[in-house]
Amino acid sequence: MKQSLRAEWTKLRTVASTGWLLLGTVAVTVAVSAAADAADLCTSSAGCRPDVTRLGLTGTDVGQAVVAIVAVLAVTAEYGTGMIRTTLAAVPRRTAVLAAKAAVVGGLTLAAGGAGVLGSVLAGELILPGRGLTLPAGPTARAAAGTVLYLILIALLSLGVATAVRDSAVAVGTVLGLLYVFPVLGQVVASPAWQRHLEQAGPMTAGLEIQASTGLSQLPIGPWAGLGVLAAWAAAALVAGGLVLHLRDA
Amino acid sequence: MTARLLHAEWTKFRTVRGWVIAMVTAALVTVLIAMWAGSAGQDQCGGAAGGPVTCQPDVPLGPGGEAVTDVFYFVRQPLPGNGSVTVRVTSLAGVVSSEQLNGPVTAGLQPWSKAGIMVKASSRAGSAYAAIMVTGGHGVRMQDDYVDDTAGPPGSPGPVPAASRRWLRLVRSGDTVTGYESADGTRWTRVGAVRLAGLPATAQAGLFVTSPDQVNATGGAPTEATAVFDHVSPPGPWSGGQIGANGTSYPALSGRFQQVGGRFTVTGSGDIAPALPGPADGYVSPEHSLAGVFAALIVVTVVGTMFVTAEYRRGLMRVTLAASPGRGRVLAAKAIVIGSVTFAAGLAGAAAALPVGARLLRANGKFVLPVSALTEVRLIAGTAALLAVAAVLAVALGAILRHGAGPVAAVIAVIVVPYFFASPLGVLPPGVADWLLRVTPAAGFAVEQAIARYAQVASSYTPRYDYYPLAPWAGFAVLCAWTALALAVALVVLHRRDA
Repeated sequence: MKQSLRAEWTKLRTVASTGWLLLGTVAVTVAVSAAADAADLCTSSAGCRPDVTRLGLTGTDVGQAVVAIVAVLAVTAEYGTGMIRTTLAAVPRRTAVLAAKAAVVGGLTLAAGGAGVLGSVLAGELILPGRGLTLPAGPTARAAAGTVLYLILIALLSLGVATAVRDSAVAVGTVLGLLYVFPVLGQVVASPAWQRHLEQAGPMTAGLEIQASTGLSQLPIGPWAGLGVLAAWAAAALVAGGLVLHLRDA
Repeated sequence: MTARLLHAEWTKFRTVRGWVIAMVTAALVTVLIAMWAGSAGQDQCGGAAGGPVTCQPDVPLGPGGEAVTDVFYFVRQPLPGNGSVTVRVTSLAGVVSSEQLNGPVTAGLQPWSKAGIMVKASSRAGSAYAAIMVTGGHGVRMQDDYVDDTAGPPGSPGPVPAASRRWLRLVRSGDTVTGYESADGTRWTRVGAVRLAGLPATAQAGLFVTSPDQVNATGGAPTEATAVFDHVSPPGPWSGGQIGANGTSYPALSGRFQQVGGRFTVTGSGDIAPALPGPADGYVSPEHSLAGVFAALIVVTVVGTMFVTAEYRRGLMRVTLAASPGRGRVLAAKAIVIGSVTFAAGLAGAAAALPVGARLLRANGKFVLPVSALTEVRLIAGTAALLAVAAVLAVALGAILRHGAGPVAAVIAVIVVPYFFASPLGVLPPGVADWLLRVTPAAGFAVEQAIARYAQVASSYTPRYDYYPLAPWAGFAVLCAWTALALAVALVVLHRRDA
């Protein structure tokens, strides 16, 4: 296991795109969060969003797309070049390959996501001084740590989908479709009950409730339960990916 | 040569089973989501269990065939043949209801609260009319047939109620109604003249007051306005009555009038305006049935990207460029083939989704706002064109980046994500959200806006209610401009780099 971990780490580390994409994750997350903070510089309370913590982590909505690309490429690049056959010849236990990939991609996301979240929080303190401090520290810490967990789960979801479909374009399309189409559909359906169900079931809408710091009782789903929904999606994707990896020739 | 190139690209598309299936799926998913969105709204309607669905509002249609709101209090008398009505409005004030049923009301006049005089074909809601009025915040206006609005002379708007002391006059001559206003009752300014086709010989004329809902992000609070009129001519007898159904959920607000000597106090609530999709009434724009376009967009993006990147991955691109060294032509052929195929799929999907979705929405008690046949054609063709251009954008980005993941993510990031941010789920303030829908390729969704926006109607003009900041074809042009830019960059990259 240690060797396959090392192999996966080497493969990812030595591709130029990985570094750039991880840097992109951090940059996009911090930039969009800071832009959202700056856009919220309002004086009247009516126009302001009450949940400053969530606002300050808006960058996650876009940063997750870059995380998804990193995770997808970790698998599909191997299928694109035929490298996967070498990988599976070297490590015939296919579950071990998937587990090693999950560990390495998860670790990289932890680093990039952590940096992005830290940058977003700092940007929020800089742009909206004082407003973050008035909040209880507990929910803010939960939102920050939860967002990193959220990004890791998005990476695992993407990894599972990519292993199942084996093609970059299809995998990224599937993952981002899952993430963004749920909330958009929730918007167009007229019924509030359906809207709520969609927000409870969607991997992004449910998972991002971890960022809520106020009005928890009005959320469609609790913060940790929401992250649990995303974890279920990620687990399902990994199981599907694992099965395809076992059943199909590379 | 070009025909053969197109034929080659078409063969490449047609012989990959997955791409053909994906295109069919894109069309199907548009229809399926329309069916789902049409039937999933049922539980919002009231009505006894098992009984008929009751939330289908009885919406009148205006002279132009559009759905209208025609709710106001009318103090009227028959006006036989030609003639005129003159009044002086001495005050206009209003209240806003609270969220609770029969709850307390707070003072507050709406910018589009209206008090004035009207000549109307009949007392039926939706009949033709012309009116001149003072408003809560937009001065003197002359309006007719629900959609037309003419501002009074500059200088007439002013703080209420002091400046609302205005003289108003309507003169009917044949089919033409002319509106005048005056500060003193002697020097009159003509505001406008409108022709009401088929105005009956005896029209209804008189004083009216109405006040639209106070619009906020999630809904609207009913309001009412009270105006005092004097110097009313012609003399009576006047009879008061409610036109149109008033909002039934707030019985606290209902129209009434009182005459003491020559002084009329009239109270009304409602609006005289086109019916719009919005939080208050539950009217639905036909565009609602095109929600599946988001899912279809992702599918055609994936296919468009792979149409280029698969060739790089397999090395087929080298064969393609050896067979047809004109690289610009290859790119153009790919764009034309994928654009045409996507347009056809989108056309089929939208053409089926629109009527099927509307039918299901109606069956579930929603009122789908009627639109002209031309608008329907624009919605269907516009949706197909939106998908086609997005697929071409994917082709261009595929040619630039050569790998599958980036182009797909990029197209989704620039088309779907801005829309998502502009929605209520995004946390951005409305100004920033509007800006995103103006400059990003997501502006293209404007081509799906079915119901026009009206400056004289306060409503929630947001993507939630199928409104976009740009005009339909202007928004589509923004998407096309971005795609053209991407194609230009792709052309340069294709020429400069080896395959």
